[in-house]
Amino acid sequence: MSINELVNNSVVSWMTADGPEADIIISSRIRLARSLAELPFPHLLSEEEKGRLMLDKVEEAIKPLPHLKMVMLSEISDLDRNILLEKHLISPEHARNNSPFCGIITNNDGSVIAMVNEEDHLRIQSILSGLQLNQAYRYADDLDDSLEQTLDYAFDDQRGYLTACPTNLGTGMRGSVMLHLPGLTMTNRQTQVFNSINQLGLTVRGLYGEGTEALGNFYQVSNQITLGQNEEDILNNLWTVTEHVLEQERATRNYLWSEMKYTLEDRVWRSYGLVTNARVVTSNEALALLSDVRMGIVMGILPQVPNRVLNELIVAIRPAHLQKMAGREMDSDERDIFRARVIKDMLTKNIKEG
Amino acid sequence: MKCEDCQSNPAVVTIAETYNGKHTQLHLCEECAAQRGYINFGSGMAWSKLLGSFFVSSPVQVGQVGLTNNKTCPNCGIGLNAISHSGKLGCSECYETFREQLEPTLRRIHSNTGHTGKIPKRGASKIIVKRKIEALKTKLQAAVAEEQYEQAAELRDEIKNLEMN
Repeated sequence: MSINELVNNSVVSWMTADGPEADIIISSRIRLARSLAELPFPHLLSEEEKGRLMLDKVEEAIKPLPHLKMVMLSEISDLDRNILLEKHLISPEHARNNSPFCGIITNNDGSVIAMVNEEDHLRIQSILSGLQLNQAYRYADDLDDSLEQTLDYAFDDQRGYLTACPTNLGTGMRGSVMLHLPGLTMTNRQTQVFNSINQLGLTVRGLYGEGTEALGNFYQVSNQITLGQNEEDILNNLWTVTEHVLEQERATRNYLWSEMKYTLEDRVWRSYGLVTNARVVTSNEALALLSDVRMGIVMGILPQVPNRVLNELIVAIRPAHLQKMAGREMDSDERDIFRARVIKDMLTKNIKEG
Repeated sequence: MKCEDCQSNPAVVTIAETYNGKHTQLHLCEECAAQRGYINFGSGMAWSKLLGSFFVSSPVQVGQVGLTNNKTCPNCGIGLNAISHSGKLGCSECYETFREQLEPTLRRIHSNTGHTGKIPKRGASKIIVKRKIEALKTKLQAAVAEEQYEQAAELRDEIKNLEMN
């Protein structure tokens, strides 16, 4: 069953690193918020009868789509929900939600996934590797069209797709790109770059979305505006800004390489030494060290490890993944010890020959 | 009122504190309030409160209830108080029920704009036709202005056709 594959496979679609610019741009994501007409929005969906009705409609709508499957959250263990969260396939709110009507629709590799009864009835998503906003939009848009052949969406000529929270009205679309920006952060230029991004109606957040820190120098850039711009405008705007930030990061890295070679080499080798020799390492420390290591590998300073393994590491060192791998529950002290071993193994075993 | 910390953004949060018997009030923007740790964006609760504050007329006053209106949505039964508390509407019909009351809030979030993006193909085929007609009418005006009467006649026929269906 597909959900088991998503939980058990170490790599889902966005982690493959086979997209363009995947050394710096980790993933591109499109999310479409959709509501069914007249049914209460998820936070008010408590009556058995209406909840059932909602799910029946969705079941009916995905019937002609054999590559998709719906699974209820109540059938997924807490650990596996956290695995899906750590793989960025579902939101923290969804992972915690205990409503009997919450579910996930997914394909086999996690490139297309829809959260059922999260904040909105449907949150259709596509997450791909590297800079592939247009392709991700195409996947999400296709699923949206297929579902709409059966489902009556709540839509208003003036306000567009009606959503539970009025901030998503209009296209209901949020596009976001996850970037690894150690160069800009190291030279303290990230604030300057982000200020200009904000002026363009885009927003920057940390690794796990709303309100999280930029752990490991990972940043998510996404659109704020959903009403008044069409999907194409939003995608173009986000794409242009992403290209710009990408250019700045590359230029900064080149500058560091030409002007401060030894300082840079010293820094990434020290981090590599620490992270491959540590016996106990916390999640935050690991993310910080791995950020240096990732940059060092991508810039050709450190022994070469495939980008896919580097992406896998971001996820593999999180608590649920460590416990899944160990096959047992672990407290945070045990996890710190196990984490150090996992990082050392994954980095040293995957060094490319030559 | 401007935020007392950064002096630039509009103040949207009022922090009232009593410390050692001394009362102080601080008016802050969203960002500065978060920086001082008053709004914890990590918890969903604070975030929804902040959104809910959009539904209140002016800067949030501590202890003041925003909207007093007993109207409820005939479809889902939710009232404006609950909406302003959670920052979420109850169902798609709420947008119609509370159209008037929501207007200022929506303007604040989205300015004075209308939807220009995708329309559901099956559900809103009427809207698609309506937009097509509008686009053709614009073209028609341009054709007339440029004295392209042959093209104008074609466009007029096309519009007529669409309007009849």
